[in-house]
Amino acid sequence: MNARFTGMARLLHWLMAVLILTMLFIGVGMVSTVSARYQLLVGIHRPLGIAILVLAFIRLAWRLGHPPPPLPADLPAVQQALAKLSHYLLYFLMFALPLVGWGMLSAQDYPVQLWPGVHLPPILPASPMLYAVLRSAHGLLAYLFFATILAHLAAALMHGLVRRDRVFASMAP
Amino acid sequence: MSHHLPHEAQDGPGPVRGPAVIVRLAAIGAVVLTAAAGFAYTGGWLTPGRLSPERVVDALEANNGQHPGFRRNHAKGICIAGTFTGNGAGPTLSKASVFAGAEVPVIGRLALAAGRPAVPDETSPVWSMALRFLPADGDEWRTGMNNIPVFPVRNVEEFAGFLAATRPDPATGKPDPAAVQAFLTAHPATAAALQTIKAAPPAASFATATYSGLNTFRFVNAEGEEAAVRWSMVPEQTETERPAPSGPNYLFDELIEAVGQGQLRWHLVVTLAGPGDVTADPTVAWPPDRQRVEVGTLTVASVEGEDTGSCRDVTFDPLVLPAGIEPADDPFPAARSAAYAEGLRRRDGEAKRPSAVQVSAVRAGESG
Ligand code: HEM
Ligand code: HEM
Ligand code: HEM
Repeated sequence: MNARFTGMARLLHWLMAVLILTMLFIGVGMVSTVSARYQLLVGIHRPLGIAILVLAFIRLAWRLGHPPPPLPADLPAVQQALAKLSHYLLYFLMFALPLVGWGMLSAQDYPVQLWPGVHLPPILPASPMLYAVLRSAHGLLAYLFFATILAHLAAALMHGLVRRDRVFASMAP
Repeated sequence: MSHHLPHEAQDGPGPVRGPAVIVRLAAIGAVVLTAAAGFAYTGGWLTPGRLSPERVVDALEANNGQHPGFRRNHAKGICIAGTFTGNGAGPTLSKASVFAGAEVPVIGRLALAAGRPAVPDETSPVWSMALRFLPADGDEWRTGMNNIPVFPVRNVEEFAGFLAATRPDPATGKPDPAAVQAFLTAHPATAAALQTIKAAPPAASFATATYSGLNTFRFVNAEGEEAAVRWSMVPEQTETERPAPSGPNYLFDELIEAVGQGQLRWHLVVTLAGPGDVTADPTVAWPPDRQRVEVGTLTVASVEGEDTGSCRDVTFDPLVLPAGIEPADDPFPAARSAAYAEGLRRRDGEAKRPSAVQVSAVRAGESG
């Protein structure tokens, strides 16, 4: 039995892990600065966020066609359920964050520029209240994303360093 | 229990036991805490003294009071709409599609720079014109301009410092003259800029004012040639006597009447930096002999109150730039963009109250 994720799944996992963590740091960094870094960071934030959305679609499609290796049979049912739930949550956030980002700029009637001269169409009507709600949601979902990733990281390290079962190896690069 | 179950034996060395567990758990805890601390540091939560968009907008609110639903600066305004048509000179400087020559729809806003939405017009000496150029290809340009020749401070840190120095004393309602003087002494660039601003002839009305972008940007043409530029909207309407204030909205009333009588026009004039000109400091004017290129005409065909017009919910973010216009080393556009986003985040979530400027009231008064 193959106990590892496919090479494609591992590639997408680690590539997206780096990109998503980068995005979270860029996000909180840019909204807390009035320096010239703001324009640089915002300029990276939009296209990188959309790139993550595209990768999320590819990853989900791959995942549906390639079931993951089973968790160790001796892993308590609660932990199995938590692992499953957290993976659903991570997938949800991979889609929700960039879609809310795109949607909130649409609601703000602000050009969704990827790079100079290249824009995405709006996906929501212009509405100030909608913008305010989505802008808050973007921030709150981002914090939830970071917290979930920390828990996921701690769990992965537990598997790799304490339980020393095959879970960590199944996703190791 | 020292032996592993058979299936575990296949899967690796098996669980760690004894004191080593504590060490490894501590190591995992340290990794997670380090990541969380790095995130908190990046987000500025560990350095509350750092100037953030929140603190800049807080400073505006501290000076102006709370006016939910309104802009935190330039709070009293009116929406304008019309077109911009390039005259053919723009493309030699910038490949931006707005300059290509087609008639480009424009919406915008004329406003007082004061941060209180109900100030009488005569109390706010600085006025602004903010524009959104909407070319057919979607490569939008937004710019905000003031009717002063230079800006009073060199960067956003000084902007926040100037706000603090000019904060009205709750007892007198006026800034503490000693604090203002101390700021000017410590910031000779501001003292000099305020002199330049004072010396400039005041405009009579919104329609006859020149509005300048003040900040420096970079134009890039189709050949990739770059030039540091500033720009102004120069009125076609000629100077008239400044009317005596006939009411709290006399400037707006006059504008509404003027647009009712016919279109208003401004010429977009781009000034090119000479060698050695300061591009990172809007307190310094460029010498008057610098090359000035007129690139097109703005025609304002209508005005509408903010409550129903198309300008209220827009932020005229100076970083909304088309291909062919780029930020340069001037620190303001980034600072403004960040602060305008924070201001917009606050006001968009607040219930709207009616604007002090009502076009229908002026027009009804005329006919009645
Ligand atoms: C942005 C960060 C991350 C995201 C969004 C993320 C997401 C995911 C998701 C959704 C899965 C389920 C497998 C799948 O369907 O692809 C997974 C599995 C896994 N991840 Fe991550 N991950 C991130 C970071 C990390 C880090 C930093 C580590 C380790 C240090 C890690 C270790 C693992 C391991 C070991 C698995 C396999 C778990 C299993 O089989 O149940 N991940 N990850
Ligand atoms: C995985 C994708 C994304 C992540 C992890 C992410 C993360 C973040 C974070 C952490 C913030 C700061 C929130 C706060 O502290 O309030 C933020 C703000 C923001 N994000 Fe994203 N984001 C993503 C995608 C996008 C996309 C696709 C767009 C637009 C196309 C976008 C546009 C913005 C904007 C405009 C802001 C606010 C800037 C401001 O108000 O100054 N984001 N994002
Ligand atoms: C760092 C310094 C500055 C700060 C913090 C600042 C702050 C603000 C804020 C918060 C607004 C309201 C934005 C909104 O809610 O949509 C505003 C509007 C405006 N600012 Fe600034 N500003 C700065 C520098 C400048 C400069 C250098 C100019 C030069 C022309 C300028 C011109 C304008 C104009 C024209 C508007 C009005 C736009 C409109 O009618 O909506 N500002 N400013």
